[in-house]
Amino acid sequence: MSTSIRIKAPKTARKGDVIELKALIQHKMESGYRRDEKGETIPRKILTEFVCLYDNEEIFRADFHPGVSANPILTFYTRATESGTLVFRWTEQTGEVFEDSTEIKVT
Amino acid sequence: MTPVVLNRRQLLLGASALGASAYALPVFGAGNGMEAAIKAMFGNGDIAEAKVKLTIPALSENGFSVPFEVEVDSPMTEDNHVTKIAIFSERNPIPLIATYHLSPRSGRAKVNGRIRLAGTQNVHAIAQMSDGSLYRASANSFVTVAACIIL
Repeated sequence: MSTSIRIKAPKTARKGDVIELKALIQHKMESGYRRDEKGETIPRKILTEFVCLYDNEEIFRADFHPGVSANPILTFYTRATESGTLVFRWTEQTGEVFEDSTEIKVT
Repeated sequence: MTPVVLNRRQLLLGASALGASAYALPVFGAGNGMEAAIKAMFGNGDIAEAKVKLTIPALSENGFSVPFEVEVDSPMTEDNHVTKIAIFSERNPIPLIATYHLSPRSGRAKVNGRIRLAGTQNVHAIAQMSDGSLYRASANSFVTVAACIIL
């Protein structure tokens, strides 16, 4: 499955400002409660964790369960401290990791 | 198998227990063990109905993707901030939907996302503060097409 990740974060911010971050990933989030046309349960396959790193420091984390919709989207906030890299990392229950990053310039 | 015979006292006890659970969850009852799941995560402490604001649409035409927003009234300082926000369903097969971990670096205790709802129900948000205190809120959504047929 090809997976696309989208990040929405400001390119620049003033030091101390609270900025809005948005993360979106393409993923079925197969709940394990659906059945296929033969009536067999489709095995669960979901993303279980999302982490946002700001200059390698974890600033936000989410744990997901099957109640999270397909193509999970989330919005959260952080305080702009210094220029650096924001990493958005999703982990599937299989251990597979999907990540993307963006730079922010703080003045 | 031995037949179960209840005397009057046991019947009355059972009836009052039913009454108690109906009081705790007025809409559909705790069919999925949500209150137990909340206790498993946050312990037996009191959870005040304050500080948390949970917003979901009153009518969800598609239970597979219901937007929610939760905001907690907190200054988000080193001494006083939200550490955790958890979203629970009282009707989904698994009560816990998602947990969000925050810190003073969050700046603002607000999160939103999209969840699945297996039918009309109340959704609950519980927030834990840095001093360990707990707050909660709930919101109801009428779901036209449920996300999950098997309950």
